[in-house]
Amino acid sequence: MLAYAFRRVLSAIPIALIAVTICFFILRLAPGGPFDGERALPPTVLANLRAHYNLDQPLIAQYFIYVGRLLQGDLGPSMVIDGFNVSDLIRIGFPFTLTMAMFAFVIATSIGIVAGAVAAVNQNKWPDYVLVLAVMLGVVVPNFLMAALLQLWFGVYLGWLPAGGWVTGSLWHLVLPVTVLAWPHAARISRLMRGSMIEVLGSNYVRTARSKGLSERIVLARHAIKPALLPVVSYLGPGLSYLLTGSLAVEQIFGLPGIGKYFVQAALNRDYGIVLGTTILYMFIILALNLIVDLIYAWLDPKVRYR
Amino acid sequence: MPGITGKDQVLTTYANKLATLDPVKGRSLTQDATRRLVRNKAAVASIIVVVVIILAAFIGPYFLPWGFSEVDWSNIRKPPNPEAGHYLGTDQNGRDMLARVLQGTQMSLIVAFVATVVSVTIGVIYGAIAGYFGGRVDAIMMRIVDVMYALPYILFVIILMVMFGRNPVLLFVGIGAIEWLTMARIVRGQTLSIKEKEFVEAARASGASSWTIIFKHIVPNLTGPVVIYATLTIPEIIIAESFLSYLGLGVQEPQTSLGTLISAGAPVAEVLPWMLLGPAAVLVTLLLALTYIGDGLRDALDPKDR
Repeated sequence: MLAYAFRRVLSAIPIALIAVTICFFILRLAPGGPFDGERALPPTVLANLRAHYNLDQPLIAQYFIYVGRLLQGDLGPSMVIDGFNVSDLIRIGFPFTLTMAMFAFVIATSIGIVAGAVAAVNQNKWPDYVLVLAVMLGVVVPNFLMAALLQLWFGVYLGWLPAGGWVTGSLWHLVLPVTVLAWPHAARISRLMRGSMIEVLGSNYVRTARSKGLSERIVLARHAIKPALLPVVSYLGPGLSYLLTGSLAVEQIFGLPGIGKYFVQAALNRDYGIVLGTTILYMFIILALNLIVDLIYAWLDPKVRYR
Repeated sequence: MPGITGKDQVLTTYANKLATLDPVKGRSLTQDATRRLVRNKAAVASIIVVVVIILAAFIGPYFLPWGFSEVDWSNIRKPPNPEAGHYLGTDQNGRDMLARVLQGTQMSLIVAFVATVVSVTIGVIYGAIAGYFGGRVDAIMMRIVDVMYALPYILFVIILMVMFGRNPVLLFVGIGAIEWLTMARIVRGQTLSIKEKEFVEAARASGASSWTIIFKHIVPNLTGPVVIYATLTIPEIIIAESFLSYLGLGVQEPQTSLGTLISAGAPVAEVLPWMLLGPAAVLVTLLLALTYIGDGLRDALDPKDR
């Protein structure tokens, strides 16, 4: 197990490095830059600015400077807002983004697992049909549209919930954003759970357990749930990374103070420092999550370890 | 003694009958799949819905009294009013919403089509090459796919859009160029099993080059999974495009797409709800129908679930 973990961590390092390289060069080779504003800057100012951000050096030298700083944990400065670093942005925005994503993650995963299991046990009866409909809506309706419709219905027509904005510490303001974020995730989880649970319920060992005369409840609790969870576990990592990136959009729509607002703004301003730093941060999170999921999977399923 | 039991007579009539009957017909895989698809009511209904939407989007505008960028100065911000020819109302500039919704649907469909073709082309070629050559080539190519998977998708789309500016052609290509990863994985998996088949071995024995084998012998056999996955890619691309347009990075005025319309309708939905509900209804219907078709095709073509 330890050897397997070690191997997996080692193989993640080159992936991270290549991904950083791709991000860096795509952004730098793109036309346009952070300093082509509405009015042209005087040449000396421009030259000073470029020198300040090392933009006057050859691209390859810039790349090594960037990677060198990255290895020391410095994600780089903003090129538009003076004295503002990516790490500042993360300190301000990330706790909020993370809290919201984790909220959505816990709620959606539990609802998804329970709903999927209930639907599988009642296959082709009404709970199953209700679930299939909810799943379809969750997978198909894009989050910005779901947000707009929920805002209109619950925020404006019914007036039950605030339609947007943020008051520190107010859970009511989180209900709609978390719903929008969690629904598609819960839908995917419950679809996976339903499928694998149906397969498990038709398997031989469940038949054996039933023919031993065990009650249906014990068959489900002791024999069916655990193996049915395997595909769900392997989806949790990608799922959480979808939630983290999806929350960028949701924050933008609901006007919440997470990273999303800054990121979209920075992309529009061509603020390469912020865009690159945030993208790389997200990439590291996604890689780390995939790694954790792989390790959990290896722990649950010994076959994976010895491949 | 022959003929005493009438056995010969019976057998002869039977033999004659067999000879005059049509030979037993084998059903091809395609016929089998078509039959299963036709039996799937949701998929058939969805195909009809999608055809209707496509026809409406491309032919409909010619039958409307108003063009999509035409301003009706006497009807600005008005709810649906059939007498004035505004079946879905008008927007803040007095433009007919139905005409705009149809134009937006057209744009979303074109983006989806072009981007899907791009992503299928890249995905199939990439996956087939990786799967066929195997070994180190495969390892490197699939590692690259892994790396691309690790890039946060939506951030990547935003970066691409900012990079390429507001060019709609690049919008199509950019979205397609991102959506090919899963396609490449699926195609590679299929290629790995197909390349062990006898007909590939026969082709190799008869001296066909690797490229001939890949494009003449392997790619045609990938049709099933590629069609299924391409159908499931279309809704994803429509969502991606409408999200970009929603953020203001996609299709630009006076051209419009469903995402642009929704983003214009969402902030004013409180006072002008028809501006949100019209495009929203079309988008959801289209996406639902496409997803049902994809699922139906998968059930019809995938021998596993038979």
